[in-house]
Amino acid sequence: MLLIPCPHCGARPENEFRNAGEAHIARPAEADDAAWADYLYMRTNPKGVFIERWRHIHGCGRFFNCVRHTVTDRIIATYKAGDPRPSLDVLRAWSEHAR
Amino acid sequence: MSGAFRTASGGRIDRTQPILFGFDGRAMTGFRGDTLASALLANGVHLVGRSFKYHRPRGIVAAGSEEPNALVTVDRGGGRLTPNLRATQLELRRDLKATSQNRFPSLDFDIGAVNNLFSPLFSAGFYYKTFMWPASFWKHVYEPLIRSAAGLGRAPTEPDPDRYLHRYAHCDVLVIGAGPAGLAAALAAAETGARVILCDEQSEPGGSLLAETEARIEGRPAAEWAAGVARALAGQDRVTVLPRTTAFGWFPDNLIGLAERVTDHQDRPDPRLPRERLWQVRAREVVIAAGAIERPLVFPGNDRPGVMLADAGRIYANRYGVRVGDRAVIATAGDSGYRAALALLGAGATIAAIADLREDPAGAAVEAARQAGIAIRPGTAIAGSRGGHRVTEASLRRIGGSDRVERLDCDVLLMSGGFTPAVHMFSQSRGRLRFDAALQAFLPGKSAARERSAGACNGRFDLEGCLDEGFTAGAAAAKAAGCGSPRTRRFARAGAVPAPGGFLGAVPGTGKGKAFVDFQNDVTAKDLQLATREGFRSIEHVKRYTTTGMATDQGKTSNMNALAIVAGALDRPIPEVGLTTFRMPYTPVTFGTIAGASRGMLFDPLRHTPIHDWASEHGAVFEDVGNWKRARYFPRSGEDMHQAVARECTAVRMAAGMFDASTLGKIEVVGPDAATFLERMYTNAWARLAPGRLRYGLMLNEAGFIMDDGVIARLAPDRFHVTTTTGGAPGVLNHMEDYLQTEFTDLKVWLTSITEQYAVIAVQGPRAREIIAPLVEGIDLSPAAMPHMSVQTGQICGVATRLFRVSFTGELGFEINVPADHGRAVWEAVLQAGAAYGIVPYGTEAMHVLRAEKGYIIVGQETDGTVTPADAGLDWAIGKAKKDFVGKRSLSRPDIVAPGRKQLVGLLTHSPQEVLEEGAQLVADPHAEIPMRMIGHVTSSYHSAALGRSIALALVADGRSLLGQTLYVPMPDRMIAVTLVAPVFYDQEGRRLDG
Amino acid sequence: MKFSLLSLARNAVSGQTAGPAQWRSPQPRAVYDVVIVGAGGHGLATAYYLAKEHGIRNVAVLDRGWLGGGNTGRNTTIIRSNYLWDESARLYDHAHRMWETLAQELNYNVMFSPRGVMMLAHNVHDEQVVRRHIHANRGNGVENEWLSPEQAKAFCPPLNISSDMRYPILGAALQRRGGTARHDAVAWGYARAASAMGVDILQNCEVQAIDRDATGRAIAVETSRGRIAAGKIGVVAAGHTSVVMAMAGLRMPLESYPLQALVSEPVKPCFPCVVMSNTIHAYLSQSYKGELVIGAGTDAYVSYSQAGGLHISAHTLDAICELFPMFRRMRMLRNWGGIVDVTPDRSPVIGLTPVPGLFVNCGWGTGGFKATPGSGHVFAHTIATGTPHPIAAPFSLERFRTGRLIDEAAAAAVAH
Repeated sequence: MLLIPCPHCGARPENEFRNAGEAHIARPAEADDAAWADYLYMRTNPKGVFIERWRHIHGCGRFFNCVRHTVTDRIIATYKAGDPRPSLDVLRAWSEHAR
Repeated sequence: MSGAFRTASGGRIDRTQPILFGFDGRAMTGFRGDTLASALLANGVHLVGRSFKYHRPRGIVAAGSEEPNALVTVDRGGGRLTPNLRATQLELRRDLKATSQNRFPSLDFDIGAVNNLFSPLFSAGFYYKTFMWPASFWKHVYEPLIRSAAGLGRAPTEPDPDRYLHRYAHCDVLVIGAGPAGLAAALAAAETGARVILCDEQSEPGGSLLAETEARIEGRPAAEWAAGVARALAGQDRVTVLPRTTAFGWFPDNLIGLAERVTDHQDRPDPRLPRERLWQVRAREVVIAAGAIERPLVFPGNDRPGVMLADAGRIYANRYGVRVGDRAVIATAGDSGYRAALALLGAGATIAAIADLREDPAGAAVEAARQAGIAIRPGTAIAGSRGGHRVTEASLRRIGGSDRVERLDCDVLLMSGGFTPAVHMFSQSRGRLRFDAALQAFLPGKSAARERSAGACNGRFDLEGCLDEGFTAGAAAAKAAGCGSPRTRRFARAGAVPAPGGFLGAVPGTGKGKAFVDFQNDVTAKDLQLATREGFRSIEHVKRYTTTGMATDQGKTSNMNALAIVAGALDRPIPEVGLTTFRMPYTPVTFGTIAGASRGMLFDPLRHTPIHDWASEHGAVFEDVGNWKRARYFPRSGEDMHQAVARECTAVRMAAGMFDASTLGKIEVVGPDAATFLERMYTNAWARLAPGRLRYGLMLNEAGFIMDDGVIARLAPDRFHVTTTTGGAPGVLNHMEDYLQTEFTDLKVWLTSITEQYAVIAVQGPRAREIIAPLVEGIDLSPAAMPHMSVQTGQICGVATRLFRVSFTGELGFEINVPADHGRAVWEAVLQAGAAYGIVPYGTEAMHVLRAEKGYIIVGQETDGTVTPADAGLDWAIGKAKKDFVGKRSLSRPDIVAPGRKQLVGLLTHSPQEVLEEGAQLVADPHAEIPMRMIGHVTSSYHSAALGRSIALALVADGRSLLGQTLYVPMPDRMIAVTLVAPVFYDQEGRRLDG
Repeated sequence: MKFSLLSLARNAVSGQTAGPAQWRSPQPRAVYDVVIVGAGGHGLATAYYLAKEHGIRNVAVLDRGWLGGGNTGRNTTIIRSNYLWDESARLYDHAHRMWETLAQELNYNVMFSPRGVMMLAHNVHDEQVVRRHIHANRGNGVENEWLSPEQAKAFCPPLNISSDMRYPILGAALQRRGGTARHDAVAWGYARAASAMGVDILQNCEVQAIDRDATGRAIAVETSRGRIAAGKIGVVAAGHTSVVMAMAGLRMPLESYPLQALVSEPVKPCFPCVVMSNTIHAYLSQSYKGELVIGAGTDAYVSYSQAGGLHISAHTLDAICELFPMFRRMRMLRNWGGIVDVTPDRSPVIGLTPVPGLFVNCGWGTGGFKATPGSGHVFAHTIATGTPHPIAAPFSLERFRTGRLIDEAAAAAVAH
């Protein structure tokens, strides 16, 4: 049972949330079949720092983004949906920290 | 008297409270404060069980939760039977009845012991190499044989009547273990005002101090000091002291699972209390003060009853006032053997000799033993033992000397290979272990969680060190949790400082004979060496091949010895061979404790509609749909489901029926961009839907497959009342929120679930209008003012309503939405008003038949997540002019537009009374043989009262091009011929919608 | 050396109970015809069939840890083939038939125990789904039968079929020849047999990069034990597939989740078969040692931690306690986690990849153990011939582009 810091409500136990998969996957306006398959099905699934979406479904109801290390499950940061993806340098620094 | 081996005085037992108990039917007496193990030993009973594989007689080895051998079954009556309990943890209580395990017919004479004779055959991994020939023997001879040999105790056979509960707690500092380090840590943390939870698996706090007879802390005897500290802590508001509570698991973000045994030790369990309680503690900081576990020595015959851990012998003497034997031989690699010798001497035993693996034993304990006149054999290994159901002789051999052995009579043989720090919880917290070469032990290294270890589990074995380290850790934890610092404190103490010592692996010179490493699973040093010779070089492989460390003690006493033996066999250093992973739970946890109150009707939330009670009172038969209970049909006396459904359907077609549709999901979609939002979420066009009108909505997932459907009402330009399927409601709302919040963020729309705000009563049938008309105010029900697929707001029975004119039956119909609190009253009013017209309530089954007669799909029945709108014949519901909606792009993928997809059709059996089985397959060839080419399946199938025959819906490959043709439904015993027809069986023209 | 009762007895008498090493532990060679990444059951089986059926013996099987240490050694060993779709039924039944003779094939007792797998139906929808499976299975020649609650209880006496449960049992599907096997033995048996035919099993040999030539073809792997050139590379890395495939620049239709399982303390035989309930998430059988073996669910998030939340185990144990109320006093002895790679349609991917020379076999999710022999068999064919085995063909990566998914999840709520 993770303790997830909702950017709107603060830290709450995982059972208040629903995971919504990899973040920052843009829905293409135009796509050939291969690009559309990428959008629908292909995932980074990294072993390491991962940006995913959660919804505080039994709380404020908001979707937000979460940076988590998938080996330690340690949550490094959360930020609101729509906020820009952290830069690679920032992610790299976080990755060291969370290992 | 409570046993011949009870000392005259001493121990923490209450000699004024004798307790009668039974073991294998034999009545014995112990004292309050005893464990079953101490009470048995006091009565001279060592033999308590049989080992798993060889059925060798086994005795009590330890005094705590690490016990590998002394497992018993306790039956408290009434279904309260528990196997595999450790006698060393079972507190003695009145009428405790325990029985030994894994023996037949009795502990003394066990037929299974014949396995011991064949043991050379049963080497590690023998299962994998045999029982294969002839192949036919496996199922009927070998496998039953192997399976029958499984297990130790017997599983209960009756339902468990006891209760289990969960507690959730937060604290600043959780202290695991209430020995000297844990008590000191709790003291330090509590002083800062931190919220502290202190838990310990034993019946009282104190840990090792409970068996201390000499040491004094702050001027008081150690055990007395511990009791005083625990009392003082428990008296503080912000401190919770939990005895009999094992910290068993470490979960992400410092969530620790504790299992508290609440009533098992009580003479008469308090019925208000649960048997056990699961604590889930979210701790800012944790201090692990879990102590250490003594290691046996690995030598031939080390498993005989009467061969025990040295410290256990001392604990039985000092804490329980029990002399584990009259004449002891002690084999040790450190101080523990000497301390045990002195304790036994004090308890009235004779010490034949202490064999010390060290060449030059020294230190206070050794000195004390010398002064007590005990014979000490330095540089001497224990070479073996003799005896049947009890050890009778020990043999010693000088290390590096001749093969000559010294044989000593004894009735107890105490052994100590040193102590293994209990790093289990640290390791579970994902901290990295480091191997300490001096201590020959794995110790906590780099932390991964917010925790710190103190005391013996951190490699500190002297009392002063444990107290100081514990206090420091408690203070640091409180500070890290933001609670300030305590004043510094030194624990003045008196007593001996232990000298280092310890030994890993098989004792030197161990040759022939079975030298056990894992007692319970009968794994010997030789088994481990064999495994390495057969190529099993990873410790995980060795564990799995030999089963070492996999018994109910999970290798607490055996893993380090096993590791050393494997390292020796591979000629590699111990840290390179590595440890097996520490997994939760630390000690076994009752299933019921983990399940908690989630049982019976509390197993899963139960959702009732506002009309549920009425339905229940009127004999409805319910079905589970998601969390809901839905009325399936309303049988009248003597009716079966078929008859009741036929009657309900007929009433709807001939007069009227009423149906509780409250479970349908309802979402209010509001905002200036509400129509645009629906345009994107549903396949249909919404922009031009006039307020006051309804439209069927079809929702796809992004892969283009049907996800949900429902009728959507436009109440106002900026307000829609969306209905969903019963099961789909939460998913649809989540799906909408997802796109609204993260994809279509340009839209101003608000979504509100109103499922539970409204009761929904469907009134369907030619008389529907007449029935509700007298109840309705402020709504013109005339066909012109309120045509099919329209919505009006007004009042019914004096209650505000959103009245839909809509039909899921093909008949004239209304759906009355009223506030949930008024649902039952309106239901009853409609029923009363309809009585004269012959209205009947109908359930989900009739609803299914009626809609199937009209060819309306049910999402989840006609669809299965692989069905597109075109497959389901719902092309018409796609707004052709729309540039985009969720799922649109997927509909042009190559396989989605390819021929051969399954399409929705109707089926008519050639024999009209034959009702097909739902899920039955369709084939083209009436002579098809297995394996056959199946081209479709039946999705819905019913007897239609209106048509007087059976009907079915099916998905068939290219089905729409096969209308009129005959296909076949293969059944185990025959083929059923069916004709494919359009999927509308009743009133194809739709005339009945207007009554 | 051939294992036989005689050889065991001879060793017992001579006191020489250890045979020779069951597999060789060689140093890596510079070049292999085929390199298999992942020494789990599927990877080792692939190597075995490459050697045995295709004569390709210059094969290495690499593993970052010890062989059989991933999901092969962490699953609840359920074997069945009563899958819904024709493609799945063919694949899993191919494997199921192989299980029946695997011990003799490998001369290693994998203890395949066809004790029957029973899948419970708790509501009308479940019953419809189960019956659809039964009909489809029969057409495909896969035995599966419907049991009434009373018949289910006769087959599995501890089962609670009372009507006052929260989700009463309405019936069950039974595949009588379904069952369990000894998971470690499967890996060891394939390893021993493959090694004997010349396959090199390289443990503690972590793949760190995949080298490609100018044409883009995969030609070698860089490992913790040096560079190894390969004619062909087959990735069979289960939960770590995405990690390995990323080395070749490929994203996969996979997400990796922690899957927990647990065992009770061992008790005398009390549970005769395998029972599964997808609806309330309970999977139970009893091992040869007497432990109740219980499968729990996956956590809700992508993770490589091999550990999960207590609430996941709790959710399974409460279901077990409802279905079998006498087990409420039993105790959890050990809980562990695996990493399962899950595809969007809950069906595996077996076949070629966009990178020439690189093959993949993955996405078995929570149910790959049962497919081990068949998976290795069709994957070996696919690698050896460069063309998908007919049984494997529908399970191509291509299906995610065309939309021809094989959606066992949609058909059964959860695929196991």
